[in-house]
Amino acid sequence: MDTLQLLQHYWWAIISLLGALLVFLLFVQGGQGLLYAMGRSEAQRTMIVNALGRKWEFTFTTLVTFGGAFFASFPLFYSTSFGGAFYVWTLILLVFVIQAVAYEYRRKPANIFGERTYNAFLVINGIAGALLLGMAVATLFTGANFTVDRLNLADAGGNTTISQWTTPWHGLEALADYRNWALGLAVVFLSRMLALHYFLNTIDDDDLAERSRRRSLCAAGAFVTAFLVFLVSILLGSGMRATADGVIVEEEYLYLHNFIAMPYLAVMLLAGVAAVLCGVWLGWRGSRKAIWWSGSGTVLTVFALLLAAGWNSTVYYPSLSDMQSSLTIANSSSSEFTLTAMSIVSIMIPFVAAYIWYAWRSMNRTRITRQEIEGDDHLY
Amino acid sequence: MNDFLQTVDWSRAQFALTAIYHWLFVPLTLGLSFMIAFMETKYYISGDEFWKRTTKFWMRIFGINFAIGVATGIILEFEFGTNWSNYSHFVGDIFGAPLAIEGIMAFFMESTFIAVMFFGWNKVSKGFHLASTWLTAIGANLSALWILVANAWMQYPTGCTFNLETVRNEMTSFWDVLLSPVAIDKFTHTVTSSFALAAAVVIGISAWYLLRGRERKMARHSIAIASVFGLVFSIVAAFTGDRSGAVVAKYQPMKLAAMEGLYDGEQGAPLTVIGIVRPEEERTSNDDAFYFKIDIPKMLSVMSFRDSEAYVAGINDLLDGNPEQGIMSAEEKMRRGRVAVAELERYKEAKTAGDEEVIAKVRRKFDPDTPEGREFLSEYFAYFGYGYIATPEELVPNVPLLFYSFRVMVGVGTLLILAFALVWWLNRRDRLADKRWLLRCLILLIPLAYLASQAGWIIAEVGRQPWAIQDMMPVSAAASRIGSTSVMVTFFIFLALFTALLAAELSIMFKQIKIGPDNEKR
Repeated sequence: MDTLQLLQHYWWAIISLLGALLVFLLFVQGGQGLLYAMGRSEAQRTMIVNALGRKWEFTFTTLVTFGGAFFASFPLFYSTSFGGAFYVWTLILLVFVIQAVAYEYRRKPANIFGERTYNAFLVINGIAGALLLGMAVATLFTGANFTVDRLNLADAGGNTTISQWTTPWHGLEALADYRNWALGLAVVFLSRMLALHYFLNTIDDDDLAERSRRRSLCAAGAFVTAFLVFLVSILLGSGMRATADGVIVEEEYLYLHNFIAMPYLAVMLLAGVAAVLCGVWLGWRGSRKAIWWSGSGTVLTVFALLLAAGWNSTVYYPSLSDMQSSLTIANSSSSEFTLTAMSIVSIMIPFVAAYIWYAWRSMNRTRITRQEIEGDDHLY
Repeated sequence: MNDFLQTVDWSRAQFALTAIYHWLFVPLTLGLSFMIAFMETKYYISGDEFWKRTTKFWMRIFGINFAIGVATGIILEFEFGTNWSNYSHFVGDIFGAPLAIEGIMAFFMESTFIAVMFFGWNKVSKGFHLASTWLTAIGANLSALWILVANAWMQYPTGCTFNLETVRNEMTSFWDVLLSPVAIDKFTHTVTSSFALAAAVVIGISAWYLLRGRERKMARHSIAIASVFGLVFSIVAAFTGDRSGAVVAKYQPMKLAAMEGLYDGEQGAPLTVIGIVRPEEERTSNDDAFYFKIDIPKMLSVMSFRDSEAYVAGINDLLDGNPEQGIMSAEEKMRRGRVAVAELERYKEAKTAGDEEVIAKVRRKFDPDTPEGREFLSEYFAYFGYGYIATPEELVPNVPLLFYSFRVMVGVGTLLILAFALVWWLNRRDRLADKRWLLRCLILLIPLAYLASQAGWIIAEVGRQPWAIQDMMPVSAAASRIGSTSVMVTFFIFLALFTALLAAELSIMFKQIKIGPDNEKR
């Protein structure tokens, strides 16, 4: 493996890790989606919103960084997917825009639209945000309808667009693939389960704890069902791989082969699934530790899946319109110089993780109660 | 106009809309975050509860702004991909790196410590809380650094080379990108002028309290901090603005000529202080460009080149060429650009046909390590973007908009310097509260400061039209191929959403100011 290939693999790993952390942090969305189902009284809704409101920025920032890192390391994906699946990405943006203001404005006097509108923003973001992101990530496995020809730029006065979508639906056609729905729904139910585990950990309220315990099992059941449909369909289906000379070919059982070829990923996947199942069990028992098991399991599982989608010469964004336009980490990455510059900066990531952990720990020492919320200076 | 050109226009409108709304909220947070940090430092040192109360009040104003700034910011980042896909590919190798660094270094710092800043008063030590407030301010301003570096590269592409195989620009020097003269001036000017805007907001709100006879102590102390902060940074902004003008003269002469409504280049060119620009069809030369104007002799030459006799190129020079001054005509640049694009087309055809001889020939032309390559790259590829330009007139940005925007920015900037100095002096002698006319004027200064800030961005962005990347890629070659109706619909959705959120933000802000520092929940 030469230096460029090494850097491409490294940056795919960073993006996969960011994606995995993002899926875990979607517990904020999961909790928002449960705002009315869990918060039966105003006091309970306030506790839920404030428990989530102290973390929403992390999810948002991780999403932005995920996008920025993808742009930086694999710009051809950014230009192809975002410029092509226009409707889907615009919808995702819209549901995240309404979230950003909802926390800060919902309880502020003179907020014009009333608390219920901002609560509705949170619920919409909580369900649609997780579903759409899950479906968008699923297309990394199931593909999309695009063509890529960099030399289109030479067609001055004509059609200069490098990446073109081949359907007028601009991403909405992904709704027709059951596998995209399966992963989208899996992410929705996973985020709800994680949120319930987070409530168990953070909110000190007997009524909420009991309902979180009971509901977490239902969410877990729905998640496991949807996730299994996706995982089995992917493992038993075909995918695309680049040959040594860069030609894209179709391969049966591609992802299964990848897990066999990279057994450490299979171990990571199985460890992740086991940790999530352990979290499910602890959640059912009402343990405060459930979130750490289900959360770390989620990160491991998604990390392993995304690595399997990009490593081992795998096509990580298959084109359903023109196989040779499909994107691999080799044909869509930034240059060696840029990846090296970014890698030097990435040395700071452990430091960033350390201060996030320290700040998070400092803030979470006290659990959220009705009294604690009432005494807070900055109430959402 | 065909559908794709309509798409380009709607995409421009959408990006401009998002950027304008985003910039309504960001400059306040950039400057206010530091003033809050100063206030909390006073609390930390003195232990005086007054400073804690004052800090918390301004923090609340900060939070209301910050939320909507975040909301509009995410759209800007993703619009590079959704609406400008060719651009994203063409510059991703350069533009992406600052964005990724911004995410890793700045966003997480900001988002981590802002939570401590807002919710940590009773949960962490005073020292940790103060550190969090400072780190939030530093994080917010670091975010600005990286995005402004990326923007500066679009104005002055440097530190890169074109790679024929990947058909994009690739970074060759990170430091050239980070430390280009345009990047340094853009960052310093944008940030310091934002500090001045934030100071104007703090002073304006404090003036309202003085007018009402409420919160006099908080208002006076806030004004004391904001007037010094504003005075220092508005003066720095004036210097950095002056440097920016000189940099524009060097690297974007058409922008400068349009800003000045200068059609015919001159030695010892005057600076127009005020004037009224004639309609486009009547403007052909310096003689008929204005209904009237007031000039300062030779000032434009001094500001642009630090030489009172220097030649400043006009729009006609840049379009028709001026061999005496070594200025190439637009037609010639377009011809050379077409040659560069044609070479790319030849390469495409040769690759399709498998013609190795032609492939090798074209590769040599794009190879910077060979004399032939160096000549082609500097003589032809340097004008690559002109190959997409249909008529020279496309190269002229909107003259009246730039001319008036520049005067608004400089005029209000000057007014701010005077106002900060006067307010600082009067406040120091406790004579400000009596000057009710001045207090009313200080409130009016808030919208003026925003107008100047927006005008600055109009100069920067409208001034570089038709370029997405100066001389390399016009907007017409940068856009995604989406139906114009789709972009038009999203434009109006964003317009409605942002306007509704702005209305909510202003309403909440006014209410919180009315409530004052005591009880935000009331």
